[in-house]
Amino acid sequence: MSEKVLMLGNEAIARGAYEAGVKVSAAYPGTPSTEISENIVRYKDCIYAEWSPNEKVATEVAIGASMSGVRSMASMKHVGVNVASDPLYTVSYIGVNGGMVLVAADDPGLYSSQNEQDTRAVARAAHVPVLEPSDSQEAKDFVIAAYELSEKYDTPVILRTTTRLAHSQGLVELGERQEIPDKPYEKNIPKNVMMPGNAIKRHIYVEQRELRMSQDGGRMDINRVEYNDTSIGVITSGIPYQYVKEVLPEASVLKLGMVNPLPRPLIEEFAAKVDKLYVVEELDPIIEEQVKSWGISVIGKEIFTVQGEYSANLLRKAMLGQDVTAVPADVPVRPPILCPSCPHRSTFHVLKQLNLHAAGDIGCYTLGAVAPLNVVDTTVCMGSSISTLHGMEKAKGKDYIKNWVAVIGDSTFMHTGVNSLMNMVYNQSTATVLILDNSTTGMTGHQDHAATGKTLQGDHTYAIDIVGICKAMGVPSVQFCDAFDIAKLRPMIKAAVESDELSVIVVKGPCALLEKRTWLTPCHIDPEKCRRCGMCMKPGCPAITKKDDGSIVIDDTMCNRCGLCEKICPFGAISRL
Amino acid sequence: MDTKNIMIVGVGGQGTLLTSRILGGLAMKAGYDVKLSEVHGMAQRGGSVVTFVRYGDKVAEPIVEEGQADVLIAFERLEALRYAHFLKKDGVIIVNDQRMDPMPVVIGNARYPEHILEELSEKYTVYAVDAMAEAKKLRNLRTFNVVVLGMAARYMDFSKEQWIEVITATVPPKTVDVNLQAFEVGYNKKGEQTV
Ligand SMILES: Cc1ncc(C[n+]2csc(CCOP(=O)(O)OP(=O)(O)O)c2C)c(N)n1
Repeated sequence: MSEKVLMLGNEAIARGAYEAGVKVSAAYPGTPSTEISENIVRYKDCIYAEWSPNEKVATEVAIGASMSGVRSMASMKHVGVNVASDPLYTVSYIGVNGGMVLVAADDPGLYSSQNEQDTRAVARAAHVPVLEPSDSQEAKDFVIAAYELSEKYDTPVILRTTTRLAHSQGLVELGERQEIPDKPYEKNIPKNVMMPGNAIKRHIYVEQRELRMSQDGGRMDINRVEYNDTSIGVITSGIPYQYVKEVLPEASVLKLGMVNPLPRPLIEEFAAKVDKLYVVEELDPIIEEQVKSWGISVIGKEIFTVQGEYSANLLRKAMLGQDVTAVPADVPVRPPILCPSCPHRSTFHVLKQLNLHAAGDIGCYTLGAVAPLNVVDTTVCMGSSISTLHGMEKAKGKDYIKNWVAVIGDSTFMHTGVNSLMNMVYNQSTATVLILDNSTTGMTGHQDHAATGKTLQGDHTYAIDIVGICKAMGVPSVQFCDAFDIAKLRPMIKAAVESDELSVIVVKGPCALLEKRTWLTPCHIDPEKCRRCGMCMKPGCPAITKKDDGSIVIDDTMCNRCGLCEKICPFGAISRL
Repeated sequence: MDTKNIMIVGVGGQGTLLTSRILGGLAMKAGYDVKLSEVHGMAQRGGSVVTFVRYGDKVAEPIVEEGQADVLIAFERLEALRYAHFLKKDGVIIVNDQRMDPMPVVIGNARYPEHILEELSEKYTVYAVDAMAEAKKLRNLRTFNVVVLGMAARYMDFSKEQWIEVITATVPPKTVDVNLQAFEVGYNKKGEQTV
């Protein structure tokens, strides 16, 4: 037997791509999918991999690579699939030349997302098959299986994971890389040019393909029946399969590796053999509703929730009536916060002083919505800050937005913010947009992007100039400011919101986790000078706390020496020694 | 062997990931089936984080269920209290005796509970160490996780040699010596049971 190693689900997917002979990978970061690309980089001798500016672009890169005859992968989080859905729905018609897999990482329980959508619903609508692994070993194996199915049935395939699978480690047996010869490219207009006359015919093909895969599903190794005691049967897939094995080791289980299209004959056969049938699936009743529509009676969401992550205890309670949950202690919550010395805190402090509302976006700076900052009013999806503010102005007039700004991170600006800003220029907005440029994609753990000057591999490349783009688009006022220079930033923002022209201010400050200012000493409060007014605590730096005796102290192991508190203190009590 | 359930809890950025990887490496080396579950993303920004390590002959689910943890390793007091109900009746808590105020406490909307260790000791076996103070003595604050691990090592199924081997393989090469010293410090803290 070959070597076994501990691997994260995402690491195993990257390994699967390597072993399956993938040659091109494109992605935009997003928890819980990011580590796929970060691990694919390890195979850079044989896989070209990139961070694309967004998921639509990444998917189109993968489509192009597939058309040219090589195996390709695009990976993204669930909401990334929305951005990519335009090409996805149509590449379903076109199919593939080299195999193509789109990895979509769902987030039941919302560990790091703005919604809890179920990718299987998108896949059903787009008529794209979906495989769902249950552990790291399967994550690797199913990638390889996905490419085989992709080429056999002429279809892109979605590999669906969830946070728990993506971020769990398990033992994986390594294999060799298959050298897959490139498929020749042949000009094929009816297949590759999706205009109505061609698409009508391809749609027929898609429906037939789906039916065929459903029929063939019973013979696929990735769908497995574990017959045991037939008084209880469970249809399940993915991580919930593990919970079923913990709770009902005696039950018969139909473990689906392919969750779209469902292998109908196999399910019908299984249902006929067991007395009581359950469907255990996280999120939406995708399997359950289809099975019910075939006239098979199953128990599903009447006892299980459509929200959050499952667990063995949840199954015990729902299926066996055993309530084993313990009572947690009543303790204060610990929500995520901006790090000490985060440049966003400084900017938000200024916005708060100016009493402004912020149309927010997605990134670390979304945390500006929570106490004590409370400046971010809205968050929808990536890029939306600029366009929602524009909508407010057009609805209510330019005076209405004189106490509003849009805030958007550098990575998010490159993702879809540029389009929204283009719209502001085109349709004559007078808004103020702050681009919070911390030189990285912070929230997802520091990935490079088109404006950082580095590639996924860490090689140097041309850094797209954010100020330059804004100017080139015709934004009348484009300015630049150091995030920690609050004496300058404050009047600059004030003047911008008051003016009747569109303004962009690029507020620059490196992510505090990437810049350790060890050449400075930590901030220190002189107890003699401190009047305990609490001003320094207003921006919510976690390094500054009030002790029980009322004195205020700075934890020197946490302080990253940005000096914001030093600038805020009205009594000159804080200094970097 | 029955599956052993370990939990590592702390505040995002405190190094729970590295710690769980050291444990996972140990269990794998010792020939067990292993599963680990980690937290990435948003919570890593100063939120409450929990990672699970399970090992045994055959491990199915990657998470530890409430009421089933054998050992709870906590890098902060309040986090020990938050997750204590995951422990079995006779569970062991190894806790870094440090207080980090969560934002609701910092801004005065909540109180940091007092007497946490005493309260926990009524139900569980609790071993506490001021690992930050020990790490400061070693002039490398990041080694505090390994001090805590050294203490936890007494209550798990691996030999000291196995620990040393895996720590050496997991930490950044330049910090091997200081991390091994940190391990020793924790390991020798045996018996400082609170209350
Ligand atoms: C469509 C979509 N793709 C990816 C993500 C994951 N994601 C959340 S925030 C973010 C970008 C954060 O970077 P940036 O805008 O530079 O802000 P920072 O976190 O650095 O402050 C990403 C990629 C998402 N939420 N939605």
